[in-house]
Amino acid sequence: MEFNAIYVIVAREFKKFVREKSRLISAIARPLVWLFLVGAGMSRLVAPVGGVSYMQFIFPGILGMTILFSSMFSSISIIWDKEFGFMKEILVAPVSRTSIVMGKALSGTIISTIQAVIVLALFPFLGLKLGILNIIGVILICTTVSFSISAFGIVLATFYESYESFSVIMNFIIMPMFFLSGAMYPVKLLPEILKFIAKLNPLTYGVDALKHAISPLATGPMGPDFNVFIDIGVIIAMSVVFVLMGGKAFERKG
Amino acid sequence: MPIIKVENLVKKFGNVTAVNDVSFNVEEGTIFGFLGPNGAGKTTTINILCALLSPTSGKASIDGHDCAKESALVRKSIGIVFQDTTLDKDLTAEENLIFHAYLYNVEKSERQKRVDDALKFVDLFGRKDDLVKKFSGGMKRKLEVARGLIHRPKVLFLDEPTLGLDPQSRTNLWEFITELPKKHNVTIFMTTHYMEEAEVCNDIAIIDNGKIIAGGSPAELKKIIGGDVIYLKTKDNLKAVDEVKKALNVDASVKDGEIFISTIKGDACIPDIIRTLGDSVLSVRLQRPTLNDVFLKLTGKAIREDESSGADTIKEEVRAYRRRHQS
Ligand SMILES: Nc1ncnc2c1ncn2[C@@H]1O[C@H](COP(=O)(O)OP(=O)(O)O)[C@@H](O)[C@H]1O
Ligand SMILES: [Mg+2]
Repeated sequence: MEFNAIYVIVAREFKKFVREKSRLISAIARPLVWLFLVGAGMSRLVAPVGGVSYMQFIFPGILGMTILFSSMFSSISIIWDKEFGFMKEILVAPVSRTSIVMGKALSGTIISTIQAVIVLALFPFLGLKLGILNIIGVILICTTVSFSISAFGIVLATFYESYESFSVIMNFIIMPMFFLSGAMYPVKLLPEILKFIAKLNPLTYGVDALKHAISPLATGPMGPDFNVFIDIGVIIAMSVVFVLMGGKAFERKG
Repeated sequence: MPIIKVENLVKKFGNVTAVNDVSFNVEEGTIFGFLGPNGAGKTTTINILCALLSPTSGKASIDGHDCAKESALVRKSIGIVFQDTTLDKDLTAEENLIFHAYLYNVEKSERQKRVDDALKFVDLFGRKDDLVKKFSGGMKRKLEVARGLIHRPKVLFLDEPTLGLDPQSRTNLWEFITELPKKHNVTIFMTTHYMEEAEVCNDIAIIDNGKIIAGGSPAELKKIIGGDVIYLKTKDNLKAVDEVKKALNVDASVKDGEIFISTIKGDACIPDIIRTLGDSVLSVRLQRPTLNDVFLKLTGKAIREDESSGADTIKEEVRAYRRRHQS
């Protein structure tokens, strides 16, 4: 692996992220809208269960959403790079394909984690009490989940050549991943078929791990759906698999 | 010792044979021109040489490294300016070059100096903090050439470097390219479909439909034409061709609506032609041989000079617009 190459791929992505103010604003606005419009509205319909209000219930899901969107957008930038030619500059360099994938995945990880931390800072407004250890736990989980979703996005991006595919990815992959992740609705209450799909969704385990870290004592429908070790195991396993798959996909030559 | 060796290279895309049994050598320190019309297979050949595509069959090597098997070594020894720009338009000129220096693992102590030198070399040092999207086509090209040299490659590929540039920037860029082998100790491999631009090359290979149809120095190639060329338009070209051939015993044929006469002493020949054809002559033009004529002679067609760059720019802007408004 070439650390200089990984470093500069991340640095470029980060620089562009900081420059594009509109991207940061929309990235922060999206979770706020969901939390305070949808979440607050639903809270009037759904009574707290087991000491957890609906707003508190969806908070891990909103963090998951923040990560999902920013990691996927960051990885899908590979498609823009292909379309605008910059990818060739990277591909023709003496850099291993794994380093390219690592560079892109780490870019997504850093950018997503920053956004997730900004959203996380809202927790006092939802009546949540998080200790320093919980906060560290949440941030660590956010980092790992960001990495695995970024790597997933990279694998996805290798299948597409032009930005036209963007709306397909948005409507048929990102939105279903969000809705079927337990973010807005407990996985255990889903119909069998959707439950099955939710279990295949990489984001599900991330959201579940966040539920463990944010409301560790919650039980019943508003509580987590799986064992926390299963969550973490799945997230790490998926990260490894997606990075390897991404490397292989980049290796392909015509 | 040739620095680039290509032997019986073939590349098929499905049932399209883009490169069909191509062989040539490029000597170190020279400017090699790969000439041919759009779709001839120039870019495909470059992509194979740069280890971006694997050949269907045949061999290619750069500086002794096999392009298919030792891609890492090949990539270290080459620089490339692709046909379509590969700069990041949302970064500054300097940032684009710094990115390149890291990517090619240029030593830390050298990095900034090489970037500065490269910027000065192409007269863009004063604009180093400007975003690349503010640059003209010519500036972008030069910046790409400078970038391609930062890691001190042995071979620099230039794929249609002047495509889409105005005539002045083109001349300007050529002057600049011609100096590269001496100043930077680099071998230049360039493609173009503007035949006249290839005059600066030491060696040329002409490719058409995936096959090399001629090779040699510009002077050698022009010998194929045999001397000067007279272009003639008459009221009845077919009839005039026969008359000229009979009366003057020269090689004449009709191509693209003009009569094309090769002869040793063109200026002395014109009066004879006019005497022979009389009133039916509409126009006469004498041309010293150019590489365009060579191509015309070899293939029976002129190289098309269709510029797609205008349309491409619009397409790109539409895309950029949509991109901004989607995320
Ligand atoms: N990736 C590809 N898939 C299918 N056909 C291709 C591909 N790349 C090039 N071709 C075809 O190969 C031929 C040569 O193309 P190219 O090398 O780009 O020509 P040039 O650079 O000389 O204009 C063309 O007919 C082109 O359509
Ligand atoms: Mg081409």
